Amino acid sequence: MQKRAYFGLYIVIAVLAVLPLVVPNSFYLDLAIRMAINAVIVLGLNLLIGFAGQISLGHAGFLGIGAYASAVLPTHFGWHPLLAMGAGAAITGLLAAVLARPIFKLKGQYLAMATLGLGIIINIAIRNEAAWTGGPDGMPVPAMGLMGFELTSDKHWYWVVALMLSVSVWASINLIDSPFGRALRALHGSEVASQVVGVDVVRYKVAIFVMSAVFASLMGSITAHYVGFVTPNLADFFHSIELVTMVVIGGMASVYGSLIGAVLLTALPQALATFEGWETVAFGAILMVCMIFMPKGLVPTLAAKFGKGD
Amino acid sequence: MLAQFLQFLFSGATVGATYALAALGFTLIYNASNVINFAQGEFIMLGGMLAVFFAQSGLPLPAALVLAILIPAIVGIVVEKLAIEPVKGAETVTLIIITIGASLVIRGLTAVFLGKGTHSLAAFSGDTPIEILGATLMPQSLWVLGVTAVVVVVLWYFFNRTLTGKAMLATSYNSLAAELVGINTSKVLFMSFAMSAALGAVGGILVTPITLTSYDVGIMLGLKGFVAAVVGGLGNGLGAVVGGLLVGILESFGAGYLSSAYKDAIPFVLILLILFFMPRGLFGARVTDRV
Amino acid sequence: MALLDVNKLSIHFGGVKAVQEVSFSIDAGIVYAVIGPNGAGKTTLFNLITGVYKPTSGEIRLDGESIGGKSPNELATRGVARTFQNLQICMNMSAIENVMVGAHLRLDRNLLKAALRLPTLTRRDAEMRVEAAELMRFVGLEKYIEARADAMPYGALKRLEIARALAMKPRLIFLDEPAAGLNPKETIEVDELIRKVADSGITVVLVEHDMKMVMNLSDRILVLDYGKKLAEGTGEEVRRNPDVIAAYLGAHA
Repeated sequence: MQKRAYFGLYIVIAVLAVLPLVVPNSFYLDLAIRMAINAVIVLGLNLLIGFAGQISLGHAGFLGIGAYASAVLPTHFGWHPLLAMGAGAAITGLLAAVLARPIFKLKGQYLAMATLGLGIIINIAIRNEAAWTGGPDGMPVPAMGLMGFELTSDKHWYWVVALMLSVSVWASINLIDSPFGRALRALHGSEVASQVVGVDVVRYKVAIFVMSAVFASLMGSITAHYVGFVTPNLADFFHSIELVTMVVIGGMASVYGSLIGAVLLTALPQALATFEGWETVAFGAILMVCMIFMPKGLVPTLAAKFGKGD
Repeated sequence: MLAQFLQFLFSGATVGATYALAALGFTLIYNASNVINFAQGEFIMLGGMLAVFFAQSGLPLPAALVLAILIPAIVGIVVEKLAIEPVKGAETVTLIIITIGASLVIRGLTAVFLGKGTHSLAAFSGDTPIEILGATLMPQSLWVLGVTAVVVVVLWYFFNRTLTGKAMLATSYNSLAAELVGINTSKVLFMSFAMSAALGAVGGILVTPITLTSYDVGIMLGLKGFVAAVVGGLGNGLGAVVGGLLVGILESFGAGYLSSAYKDAIPFVLILLILFFMPRGLFGARVTDRV
Repeated sequence: MALLDVNKLSIHFGGVKAVQEVSFSIDAGIVYAVIGPNGAGKTTLFNLITGVYKPTSGEIRLDGESIGGKSPNELATRGVARTFQNLQICMNMSAIENVMVGAHLRLDRNLLKAALRLPTLTRRDAEMRVEAAELMRFVGLEKYIEARADAMPYGALKRLEIARALAMKPRLIFLDEPAAGLNPKETIEVDELIRKVADSGITVVLVEHDMKMVMNLSDRILVLDYGKKLAEGTGEEVRRNPDVIAAYLGAHA
């Protein structure tokens, strides 16, 4: 199974390597970078939703923490961007752990409600504390740099992000076919069964939630440095829903599904911009149609059609 | 001192009644189908927006109001037939995304056809504020509270004394068993969507003279209504009403006494507290899994 | 000393006293059956001992250590395995993965090592896959080694659960109605399988309604009725007990 799974990885790497050469202009390069960033976030989120079977409706909040840590700490406190990114991740990890432990001790889909609440609170806090965050208008973000070299060119960003994506895909594939990964999937399949074979269900759920939150935070920081500017929209409820949609449409519990979902749903708002006021309607309609006819998501549905078996 | 307290209490209870109606809507649908209907907020919005639209296009107020309740109910049935029934038994995430998609479609269509402006309705019995112990109470508030109370009583009667209502309750406890005794469960399902939408719409209409309406009020109202349902105990009707009033009043007190900038955050802090300390909500039932 | 000692164990669900002051002990290496009418509390008893429910009162000791109220995953570390009356198979995984999950505690669960695909981990995993295939052969599922769990028939899934339990290398295995829903031929196969498991040295505790199987396999039998212990002893003793006959077996046992 490993060989076949890696086959997809090689394709991804090949595509990433060739892309800058075929891309017509910087608009599309920018789009590609955003797709790759979203893909990493979605990979992390899919571990939570697709593999462990839990729902987070506030993940954009974690993105916001990372993004604003990278904006606020260097700007107001003179921190080095890498340190700020680490701090953002640490705060997110702590917050996620504190939230998750009591929630996961309960039976049922309570994480959805808790993350909904947390995400909205984070968004409101960002909007209100204008002195630090620039409020609804946002604030600029200093460039990411290391030892004098500043990361500003799009081309450089592309390679950084492409590398991150490749490593994330590789790590995800490895994780799935490992004892840890199997325990997660068993948890989703039958929580009771996984308990009786020794899986500490609460600890695993907390671990995967914290992991996916920290992923989001790190990518939030990356986004902040790449765009050079942050606004509270990055951390709002709609963005959280967009992320969940990327997971579900691409295919829950599918690594390549996450990539497809990220690509499609990053491109979709651009494509819908021509609809002039109908974007929301179109987006909603697409969501509904996809979920009604392909509830398992694109990649698993197509995989089932074109080849029985794993 | 007292005047301020009463002021916050009145405005909190007023908006809380809207949350209560929204929460009842959530509860109805959740009981009938285990779906958390994220489009609930849009029914509230539709009620207000349609009432404004019909009143402004010359219809007498009563007719406008009836249409503003009827049309959302029909929209509710459409959503149920097109989006929920085909995927019965799908995973929770799938259903959540579908209802969110539906809410986007409804909101988007409203923006396209009714514009993005903010609108108001004339208060039902005038604007003259009523003085009570130094606090002012808008007559519209009395309408909100009064109609909500009537609605709650009617619903209680419906579920406890009529056959259809009891059939709906039976379906919520065990839909397979209900079907086996001859209850038409898919009729129950679309009735619950219709009723839930109508409830939301009523709330939306009542509160528009006070808080105004626009195409995007549904999001926050819906989410807060959901919080109210969870606070009261998801699936419990009395809990929905109490939860709604509680959320509204606490929001009002929080905004008044603590910080008005964080007003919108208060219901969500509340849901976190409830999940940490009383996850089944105020009136939720204890459930044990059979293995 | 007995392997498992249960002393005055009780659990109440609201007003329902599902298990009332049940006491018994099980020696290592035997096959012990729990029988009784439906609703007697047999599965509840299992759930209590395997950590799915917390007792209201009473004691459970495994090798002298008190385990009442411990969670199922803690009990797994002490060598307790079980199967379920209502199958609990992970349909989202393949058959062999289900078995491999059984070996969870015996493998390296480290997240970082997994993500980085360190060779020690992958080697151990490959060895485990071979062992899992062996276990599937042991329980008679050779033809399903490459199959997905959701493609397997009910009878096969029941045996898959047993394979998963065996992957834990347990000392004590609880089988909850292993023959439920099986036709006569499949029942005989399960009977033989349980005999094989018991012969390999594992203590087997079983809930079962098929009296022929119970009498065939068991060294000792516990009879429950309405949550209370009605009788305990060897197959012969239980079959002659007038209370047991009245409540459960009928006159021609």
